[in-house]
Amino acid sequence: MSENNKPALQVSALCNGTVIDHIPADKLFAVVNLLDIPTMGNNVTIGYNLESKKLGKKGLIKISDRFFTDDEVNKISVVAPNVVLNTIRNYNVVEKREVKMPDEIHNIIKCNNLNCITNNEPMSTHFYVANRDTHTLKCRYCEKEVSLDDIKLL
Amino acid sequence: MKSKSFVSINDLSREKILALLDTAEKFEENPNRDILKGKIVGSLFFEPSTRTRLSFETAANRLGASVIGFSDAATSSATKGETLKDTIMMVSSYADVIAMRHKLEGAARYASEVSQVPIINAGDGANQHPSQTMLDLYSIKKTQGTLEGLKIHLVGDLKYGRTVHSLLHAMRHFNPTFCFISPDELRMPEEYRLFCDKNNIPYTETTEFNEEVIADADIIYMTRVQRERFSDIMEYERVKNCYRLTNAMLANTKDNLRILHPLPRVNEIAQDVDDNPKAYYFQQAQNGLYVREAIICDVLGINI
Repeated sequence: MSENNKPALQVSALCNGTVIDHIPADKLFAVVNLLDIPTMGNNVTIGYNLESKKLGKKGLIKISDRFFTDDEVNKISVVAPNVVLNTIRNYNVVEKREVKMPDEIHNIIKCNNLNCITNNEPMSTHFYVANRDTHTLKCRYCEKEVSLDDIKLL
Repeated sequence: MKSKSFVSINDLSREKILALLDTAEKFEENPNRDILKGKIVGSLFFEPSTRTRLSFETAANRLGASVIGFSDAATSSATKGETLKDTIMMVSSYADVIAMRHKLEGAARYASEVSQVPIINAGDGANQHPSQTMLDLYSIKKTQGTLEGLKIHLVGDLKYGRTVHSLLHAMRHFNPTFCFISPDELRMPEEYRLFCDKNNIPYTETTEFNEEVIADADIIYMTRVQRERFSDIMEYERVKNCYRLTNAMLANTKDNLRILHPLPRVNEIAQDVDDNPKAYYFQQAQNGLYVREAIICDVLGINI
């Protein structure tokens, strides 16, 4: 195998499905939960603390026979903005997608403001992207802004 | 949003603000109009606020509507553990419009999503109190003849003061220049200073409150410096009288200057200011009635 294929040696190859790569190692399990992987019946391989030139340590998820819509994968951007999704068919990468933060984020993040109605009523949360450059979100309800670095998942 | 609610000042365009102020002016000319005869206004004060509640209920009565509701969550089923959603669902099946005050931030937005009838936010925790902002704008426009290009001095608690934050947001449409006057501990938060930068709103900041600083002001907006806001009581004792406006300080101010205060006042405006024609805070409160009449009619889609 060539030098370029080295990462593939760390985890076995996939015939058909999705490879989610370049997940910062400390965000791996958050991404696993966001995609509801624990409830999937598919064959899943999770790589943790793999070597990465860019990230130092990275996480990687391979899911057999499962393909994701943009809406599904964009949720990941909330915890890991630079993740890359590879769609694999017959052992070949047929598409590479970078996740993109959606304009609105429904029921993924908890509002940090304890006095926010969302923390006191049985209801969904709803955030808008306030500023893409500074990675700030704004709660639709209490209107408080929060940095992506400070968010907590529901 | 199912209906046309009035939740946050940030939802309002420049045109919308000006249209509401025009309507309020008509109500000032004649506050008693039987436009809402046969309608019911729900007045849901999950948190007590006598001043705001009386203003809304007076507005409803002067429009000819009947009022139902409660003035304290202790007398509502919220104490039995009912969710806000259930209370709103129930009342919105009785009333044609609901004015609500709640201690939780975002409560009015959520209510507007579940309600069948328009919601008017009469204050949601530390977040918004948009009818207060509208009456502040009305008072500024009425006393200055315009909202454009004014020098506005905000004084006192600029950190927690919800009214000053909302006023700052609303004024972004009207090219103001701000002067923020506060103790260090209660400085205007960075979020709002960045907001000014982003919207090209010039501002200065100072901890000094004296004759010189206010000499060029068109509006002085006073707020209360509260003891409970200070982590260090010694610091509070040191600054508590520094942000007090006295009549003597007004000697060299501009003729058109008016002094606003959301009330209640404690000692941040000396009693001797009350008789100065530049004192406007009591008329300001009265303007709340006209503005709230305008808001109630607007959410019900009634043109005046």
